Amino acid sequence: MEYFVIVIGAIFVNNVVLSQFLGICPFLGVSNKVETSLGMGAAVTFVMAITAVVAYILQHCVLVKYNIEYMQTIVFILVIAALVQMVEIILKKMSPSLYQALGIFLPLITTNCAVLGVAILIAQKNFNLLESVVYAVSLAIGFSLALVLFAGIRERLELDDMPKAMKGVPIALITAGILAMAFMGFSGLV
Amino acid sequence: MNKLQLITKGLIKENPTFALVLGMCPTLGTTTSAANGLGMGAATMFVLILSNIVISLVKNVIPDKVRIPAFIVIIASFVTVVQLCMEAFVPDLYATLGVFIPLIVVNCIILGRAEAFASKNNAFDSALDGLGIGLGFTCSLTVLGAVRELLGSGSIFGARLYEGDGMLIFVLAPGAFIALGYLMVVFNKLTAKSK
Amino acid sequence: MQSTLKNMVLVLFLITLVASAAVGGIFKITEEPIAQAKAAKTKAALAAVLPAFDNDPGQDTVSTVVDGLPVLLYKATAGGQLAGYAVETQTNNGFNGKVKLMVGFDADNQIVNISVLEHTETPGLGSKMADEDNKLIVSFQGKNPADLKLAVKKDGGDIDALTAATISSRAYVDAVERGYKALLSVTSQQEAPAATITTTEPAGQEGGDNE
Repeated sequence: MEYFVIVIGAIFVNNVVLSQFLGICPFLGVSNKVETSLGMGAAVTFVMAITAVVAYILQHCVLVKYNIEYMQTIVFILVIAALVQMVEIILKKMSPSLYQALGIFLPLITTNCAVLGVAILIAQKNFNLLESVVYAVSLAIGFSLALVLFAGIRERLELDDMPKAMKGVPIALITAGILAMAFMGFSGLV
Repeated sequence: MNKLQLITKGLIKENPTFALVLGMCPTLGTTTSAANGLGMGAATMFVLILSNIVISLVKNVIPDKVRIPAFIVIIASFVTVVQLCMEAFVPDLYATLGVFIPLIVVNCIILGRAEAFASKNNAFDSALDGLGIGLGFTCSLTVLGAVRELLGSGSIFGARLYEGDGMLIFVLAPGAFIALGYLMVVFNKLTAKSK
Repeated sequence: MQSTLKNMVLVLFLITLVASAAVGGIFKITEEPIAQAKAAKTKAALAAVLPAFDNDPGQDTVSTVVDGLPVLLYKATAGGQLAGYAVETQTNNGFNGKVKLMVGFDADNQIVNISVLEHTETPGLGSKMADEDNKLIVSFQGKNPADLKLAVKKDGGDIDALTAATISSRAYVDAVERGYKALLSVTSQQEAPAATITTTEPAGQEGGDNE
């Protein structure tokens, strides 16, 4: 039951992008096509799951143990940077087409605040290892969901006629606002 | 480019929020009021200036391939310094900004300026660049915070302008997106005219 | 600069070393002010929620655990007599997680005032729990929790909830209830001295009718 609450809460109620404002850069950047956003979602889910495990171990076995919690930011960001590099190398070998589609956004996962955000949130919330992983994966699914939904909308927006000043990012932001409003309907679910 | 331009370009031409669309997470996440926007902007500016200076000083001794990790470590240290100082001296603001303080590390603006400017220019110019971009960022955040606070809770910097609750949606998540979207429309309209 | 394995490792190592030394140094410098800022906050909250006292409640604390969450009690005395307890209590049921309150009880277990120490509730809705004289505080002030049905009105209790923030209000009530339980468990252990000082029955029906 508790895990169910974590999952629903992380995917719908406190959606990373639409209510916690983490990972907005890729949200606006790679959401032009449904296909690329699916790939990005998958990459982020993968990185987040590993980050959750590593961050949990680091937090409990190193930072808390040696009383150096203030080094948290530096340690976490370095680990994430290394992880992303690893995912990049693996993807390059395993799926060159996906690697090409994601292009410059893979290295940008390093500066995806959602990933660092997850690491820090897990440390703050005092989750156990399994809860941490469930939470991270749910957040990543929420991220992918928002990304794919948004990409679907944007594919149609491209064809719409609108004032020049609204084209591109402004209309995307306003659309995201309306989407966020829709997600607010989930609040109170858990 | 003269020194003054280095500072002023961040306000309009290379405004990080409205023109370059960078650093959206803190922009949307922390601007529930004008004061919060200002605080976040100032913290980011501080990190930006210092990391720009240090990176331009050490750029010649860093091997190319480990450039990014080296920059990130430098930025992360300054962010931790800011975090500790805020916790010590402005605990209330620290509590409000919460998780977004450590997240300054992953603000694309800072790594972007390190890569695009500080790694190619001298320390003084880099400091000015950091100041300019930082000011632009702070202004954008303060304006967005002020608009959201005005519409959402009817006050600016905590000073009540009208009675009642305001349109609460602007303090909540959807309002952040919508307010920023419309501000960007206005910005585009104004800059398109001046060209 | 050319990258060779040797200089890459060396440079990264040096940078990390200098960075951690610098951060460690700053941590040592700010450690004291951070502790002071926290202490000042606790002190301000204690002064806000307790009746007049002249000891240092920070020196006289009892910590206990109620339903899995830690609760900290501060004992306040005035002129050697028990003035009341301030209870630092928390809940994880807030809309966005943790809510931490400081609840002040006088010697008759009546709630004097409540101060919100920490919350991450939605600005403009749940965040009103931290405002002065909000509905929640008013429902509790001057009451003995024993006389109240500790639930929001929507759930059949006696507490006025904040408008459009039922979840936050439930969390608030939950935290107060946890604090009250902790108070009862601690005072019942010290029943004998508590009874002689207050001369009235602690947590009794009369306690609520004193006003």
